[in-house]
Amino acid sequence: MAKYLLIESRDPYEWNDVSYFYDLAHGLAREGHDVTLFLVQNGVLPARKSPRSGRLADLAQGGVKIAADDFSLRERGIAVEALAPGVRPSKIDAVVDLMGEGARALWH
Amino acid sequence: MSTAKTLTFLLMDAPYESANSTTALRIIDAAIRKGYHVNVTAYEGAVAYTYGLQKPHQNPIKGTTVEQEKHPNTKDWVAALIKAAQGRGLKLDWLRCGMCEDERGLYENQIAGTRPGSPVDFYKQQVEPADNVLVIPCR
Amino acid sequence: MAKILTIVECAYRATIEEQDDTVLWFTHMMAAQGGADLALLLRGNAVNYLSRKQHVDVLHFGEAVLGNPPRLADDVEALMKRNVPVYYVEEDAGERGLEKSDFIAGAKAVSRAGLARFVAGFERVFHW
Repeated sequence: MAKYLLIESRDPYEWNDVSYFYDLAHGLAREGHDVTLFLVQNGVLPARKSPRSGRLADLAQGGVKIAADDFSLRERGIAVEALAPGVRPSKIDAVVDLMGEGARALWH
Repeated sequence: MSTAKTLTFLLMDAPYESANSTTALRIIDAAIRKGYHVNVTAYEGAVAYTYGLQKPHQNPIKGTTVEQEKHPNTKDWVAALIKAAQGRGLKLDWLRCGMCEDERGLYENQIAGTRPGSPVDFYKQQVEPADNVLVIPCR
Repeated sequence: MAKILTIVECAYRATIEEQDDTVLWFTHMMAAQGGADLALLLRGNAVNYLSRKQHVDVLHFGEAVLGNPPRLADDVEALMKRNVPVYYVEEDAGERGLEKSDFIAGAKAVSRAGLARFVAGFERVFHW
């Protein structure tokens, strides 16, 4: 099984296509791969607890590790306490660490 | 050359047009801090990251002078990353798509430490020998 | 299976100014001159590139004329001739009302349900 790093830079409020990337993350996890969904830039917006963050909670329950770039969170005033279940804050270094471990990296 | 791993990034967005450029530089910075060799191919608008004739400006809304703005251009950020890599004995190979800079008129006045190249150079010199690759596309 | 999967989703971005889709062009260069072992997946709006019905009018701006309008379906066919297998996401084509009978020959459909497994078959993925 492989490691995957799926970097989501877009949010589902402006971009319909984000659901494709979430589905891909979920599908890879269901296939048994080790999947991290790294939210960055406006991609962190659904990480704030809201009616739209349920999808992220589903992904987390489905085995996807969800990390939100801490710089992007602070930039948008999203406190750690306000994060949706299953989402943890992370330094950008995690992208490098996962790539260094051989995770197949995709940016959306 | 050390035995450090090598990560390759392909960038497409021009600076000052989206958040992608800042994130790309943050990732490259993190890779250098963590001791990786880094390859970058600047494709399309990304050839502007390293254009030497960028200059800072004052801000009439904030009432700040150029000096007060303390606002490095992206060429300064990349130059600083090249220096940081060198200081750690690491390679930051910054390749600029030659045809992209031709059509944008950016083929001269590019900062030192970067070089023109092609998609074939990206593949043979930066993908094949790399430990991992990330393409950061644009819209 | 090829070693690298190139996924193209963004369509018609600067294709007139460039007279090409620059990601298809880049992919072609890697395959043709770099010897890269690639496959191409078209998804989202980029599935439209398979349609033979695409047509670009000749553009004039004063006396400046667009010399070589992009022929994106031809470019995808050229990739196939270079032994780059071309795939597309079936539901993305259906949602856009695309008729497979209008497609260039040789592109293979991948279902959304099978997409993760398909992607996992490649060592590297360039997601453009």
